[in-house]
Amino acid sequence: MAIGKLGAPPVVGQPPNTLLNRPTWTEGLFSWLTTVDHKRLGILYLVTSFIFFGLGSIEALLIRLQLAIPDNTLLSPDVYNQMFTMHGVTMVFLAIMPMGIGLANYFVPLQIGARDLAFPRLNAFGYWVYFVGGLFIYTSLFLGGAPDVGWVAYAPLTSLSNNPGLGTDFYMIGLFVSGIGTLVTAMNLIVTVINMRAPGMTMMRVPMFTWMMLITSFLIIFAFPPLTVALFQVMMDRTFDTLFYVPAAGAMPILWQHLFWIFGHPEVYIIILPAFGVISEVIPTFSRKPLFGYPVVILSGIFIGFMGFAVWTHHMFTTGLGPVVNTAFALTSMVIGIPTGIKVFNWLGTIWGGKVRLTTSMLYAIAFLVTFTVGGITGIMLAVPPFTAQAHDTYFVVAHFHFVMGGGALLAFISGLYYWFPKITGKLLDERLGKLTFWIMVPSFWLIFFPQHFAGLMGMPRRTQTFVPGIGLEIWNLLSTVGALIMGVGLILFVLNIILGFARGKPAGNDPWDARTLEWSTTSPPPYYDFDRQPVVNDRDAHWVQKYPESVHGERVPESASEPYDRGGAHIPGQSWYPFVAAMALLPFSYGWLYDNMWVVGISMLVVTVATYAWALEGVGGKHIPVGDARDAGTADGEGGRS
Amino acid sequence: MHWRRRLLGGLALVSVLLTTACELSGPQSAMSPAGPVAQAQLDVFMWTYWLSWPVMLLVGGVLAYALYRFRAKSDEDGTSIPHQTHGNTQLEIAWTIIPVILVILVAVPTVRTIFASEYRIEREQYTADDVVVRATGYQWWFKFEYPVEGFVTANEMVIPVGRRVIVELDSADVLHAFWVPSLAGKRDMIPNQDNQVWFSADEPGVYYGQCAELCLGAHAYMRFRVIAVDEADYEAWVDAFQRGAELTQAVQGDPLVGQGRQLMAQKGCIGCHTVDGFYPGVTVGNPDYPDLTNFGLRTTVGAAIRENTPEQLAAWIRDPQVMKPGNRMPTLWTADDPNAEEEAAALAAYLLSLGATADETTATLGGTHGDR
Repeated sequence: MAIGKLGAPPVVGQPPNTLLNRPTWTEGLFSWLTTVDHKRLGILYLVTSFIFFGLGSIEALLIRLQLAIPDNTLLSPDVYNQMFTMHGVTMVFLAIMPMGIGLANYFVPLQIGARDLAFPRLNAFGYWVYFVGGLFIYTSLFLGGAPDVGWVAYAPLTSLSNNPGLGTDFYMIGLFVSGIGTLVTAMNLIVTVINMRAPGMTMMRVPMFTWMMLITSFLIIFAFPPLTVALFQVMMDRTFDTLFYVPAAGAMPILWQHLFWIFGHPEVYIIILPAFGVISEVIPTFSRKPLFGYPVVILSGIFIGFMGFAVWTHHMFTTGLGPVVNTAFALTSMVIGIPTGIKVFNWLGTIWGGKVRLTTSMLYAIAFLVTFTVGGITGIMLAVPPFTAQAHDTYFVVAHFHFVMGGGALLAFISGLYYWFPKITGKLLDERLGKLTFWIMVPSFWLIFFPQHFAGLMGMPRRTQTFVPGIGLEIWNLLSTVGALIMGVGLILFVLNIILGFARGKPAGNDPWDARTLEWSTTSPPPYYDFDRQPVVNDRDAHWVQKYPESVHGERVPESASEPYDRGGAHIPGQSWYPFVAAMALLPFSYGWLYDNMWVVGISMLVVTVATYAWALEGVGGKHIPVGDARDAGTADGEGGRS
Repeated sequence: MHWRRRLLGGLALVSVLLTTACELSGPQSAMSPAGPVAQAQLDVFMWTYWLSWPVMLLVGGVLAYALYRFRAKSDEDGTSIPHQTHGNTQLEIAWTIIPVILVILVAVPTVRTIFASEYRIEREQYTADDVVVRATGYQWWFKFEYPVEGFVTANEMVIPVGRRVIVELDSADVLHAFWVPSLAGKRDMIPNQDNQVWFSADEPGVYYGQCAELCLGAHAYMRFRVIAVDEADYEAWVDAFQRGAELTQAVQGDPLVGQGRQLMAQKGCIGCHTVDGFYPGVTVGNPDYPDLTNFGLRTTVGAAIRENTPEQLAAWIRDPQVMKPGNRMPTLWTADDPNAEEEAAALAAYLLSLGATADETTATLGGTHGDR
C-alpha cells in the first residue's frame, strides 16, 4: 500500500547517547509509532476517526432498531442509555472532530507550502493522546459499563450517589485526556499557520481550509479549558468527596451546564468550521472559479467563531434563567445566522458562472449546502426560546443537530475525503461506486432525520428507550429506522470504495481535479519532504495561478520569484519514541485514577515527566535536504522520493 | 440528469410536508395547543416556519438553477476556464442585509413572546384566582402538592379550565423537566433552584406530560397527566382530596377489598406510600413516595403509563418491573408464589375503592380522557 512506504527521513548525525538516539524506521509498525510526519499522522487520525465513526454508527443503528416500534425490548433502558451516550461522545469527540483535525494535519502544511507542522513531535503526542483517550473510553464497555449520562452528562446525575458505576469516571477521565491531545494540536496548528507559510503567502492568500482550521484552533484553545474545569470538578466530587455538584450540600447543579456549554457551543463550530473549509476548497475546484467573496468568507468565519462563545445559554433556555437572559442569548444566537447565510450565498456565488463538474466530491458538497441550510434554518427556529420551550430535548433538536453535524460536517468531510484521497494515496476512488453510494447515503440520511422533526413536535423526548404508542409517533420512528438501515448499506459501500481505492484505484497523477491550491503542485502521494522546492506564492490559489497565469492576470503576468528560497536546503524532522511513550503513559494514569490507585497515577506521571525530558534532550535528528532539488537527494539514498 | 431527480425529490418532500402538517396533532403534541401559552409558542414557531420557506426556496432554487445552467457540458468544456470572478461588493452587501432583515423579522415576535410567556410570577403576585401546585420530580414520578387546598397527590394534576395555574418546580434528586406540550413548553426541575411554569387550559381535556430531562432508569416511563375540568368538577375533586381521610375510612366492600386493606399493612405498602386515614389519626408512609390517597380517582397507574383498570393495576402491583423496567417499587412476591395473583388483585381492589365514595362527577374523572 502506498501510504506504508511514504518513507521517513534518515538521520544526519548520531547523537552521542544511545538512549536518546532517534529511531529511523521507514517501514513497519515502529515507523508508524515513532513517526512525526504530518502526513502519516494525518492518515492515522483519519483511519482512527473512521474506525470510531464505524463504532458510533453501530451504536446509532442499535438505537434506531430499539426505537423501530414502541415498547421494544431489544435493549434494556440501561444498555440504551449507554448506547446513546457512547454514540454522542464517539461522534463528537472521537469521530467527527478528529476527522477535521486529521485533514488539517495532512493538508494545512501542504496548503501553506510548509514541510511539516511547527512542532512535529507535539503533533505525534497529540494524536497518541487522542488515541489513548478514545481507547480508554471504549474499554468501559468491558469494564463494568459505558457512560450512561448522555454526552452532556448533566449534574447531579453524575454524582457518586446517583451514579455509582465507573461509566461516569470513564467519561470524565477519557474526555480530560483526549482534550489534552486536542489542545496541543490546536496550538501546533496556530503556530504553523502563523509562522510557516511559504514566502509570499500573506494571510489573505491562505487557502480557505487552512483559514478555517486556524479559526477552529483558536476556538479549541478557548473552549476546552472550561470543559476541563468542569470535568475536574466532577472528578473531585467523585474521588475526594468534594461538594461542587452535591445539591444536598447546597450546590447549584446548573453550574455544570454553564461550563459545559461554554465549551459545548464553540465545540459545534470546532466541528463545522473545518467542514466550511473543506466546502470552500471543493466548490471552487469543481466550479473552476475562485471562491466568491474570499475575504467575506474569512470574516464571517471569524465572526462565527467569536460569536460561538456568546450563545451557550441557548442550550439552557428551559432552565429558568429568566426572560432577559433568554432574550439576550436568543438575539446573539440569531445573529450567527447572518454570517452563516453569507457563507452559503458565497458558495452559491462560486458555483454561479463556473464550469461545474459533478464529481462525487462535488455532489457531497451540494448535498451539504442543502442539508446544512435546513439545519441552519431549524437552528434559527431553536434560537427562539418560546419554541425551544417545546422543542428542547425532543427529537426536533435531535433532527436539527444531525442536520448540521451529520448533514453538515460529515457530508463535508466525506466530500473532502473524495477530494483529497487521490493526493493521500496517489490513486483515484471509483466515481461510479462513489455516486451510487452518494445516492444511497444522502436520501437515507434525510429519511432518518427529517421525520424526527415531526416526532419531536408531536412530543417525543430524546434519550428515552421507548415511546408511547398511540399518540402518533410510530410512523416517524419507523421511517427513521428504515433510513438508518439503508444508510448502513451506504456506509458499507463507502468503506468498500475506500478499500477498493487503496487496492486497485487508478493512478491519480499530481492534480486530478485541476485544482487550485498548493497541495496539488506536489506529487501524489507527496514525498516525505512535501515539496521538491520551497513553493513561492504570489497570489491566492497559488497552484491555479501557476498553471493558468493569464486566467487571473490577463496579459500582465507578473514575474515569479526567480531566486530559489531554499538555497540553504530544508530540515525534515526526525522520528521519536517519546511523544508515543508520554502519551501511552496516560493510559495507566487514567486507569489508576479510575480505580483510585494513586501509586499508578504517580508512576504514570513520572513516566510522562521523564519522557518529556528525554524528548527535550534527544537532540535534533532528522534530515537535512541539500540545496536545490530535494527529490534527487531523496532518491540518492533510496528513501522517500516516490515519483 | 441528477438535478431532475433532486427536483423530484424536493417536490416529493414538499408534498409530504404539506400533507403531514395537519397530521401532527395529538395528546402530547406541541402542534395541538390547548391554552394561551402553548398557542403563543406555536404561533412564533409557525411564523419562523413560514419565513423559512422563501429562504429554502431561494437557496434551493439558485443552487438548482446554477447547477443546471453552469454545468460543464463536455470534457472539452470541462477544461475551458470560466471568468475568474473574485467577488462582488454589491452582492455581498445585499446578502448581508437579507439575513439581517430575516433575523429582525424573527427576533421581534420572539422577544415579544418571551416577555409575554416566560416572566416569573412572584408569590406576592399570586391572586386568589390562581391555582398553585408544587411539583417535585422524583426518579421516576411526579409529586403534585396543592399548598392552598392542603393535600398531596401524584402523577395526575387536575386543574380548572380557564384559571391560571402556577406550577412551582423542584426536584428531589437529579434533573427532571415538567412538560405538557399542549399547555406549555417545558421547564427544568432542578434541585436547589426555584423554577416555575404557568399556563392555563382553554378546554376540558386530558393533556399528556412527560419528563424531558434524562434521569436514567425508568426515565422513558416518567409520565404524568394534566386533566383540565370545569369549575364544578374541580371543586368536587378538591373536596374529595380535602376529605381524603374520611373517604378512606368510608371504604367498604366485598371481602377482596378487606383482604387488600390487610395486605397494604402486611406487605409493607404503607411503609412508603401515604394513604390518608389508613389508620385514624396516624400518618403512614413517607412524603418522598407517591401518595395513594383517593387512588380510585386516578386515571392511570405507574406514573401515567397505563390506564387505571383493575387488571392493569393488579399486573402493575404483581411485578412493577414488567411495565416499568428500572423503577424502584419492590416486587412483593417470588415468581412462583401461588398467592401472588390473588393478593395483587386484592390490593388493586382496595386501591381502586379509595375515594370511590366521592360524589359521582369526581368519580367519573377517569372517563374524561376519552374526549381527546
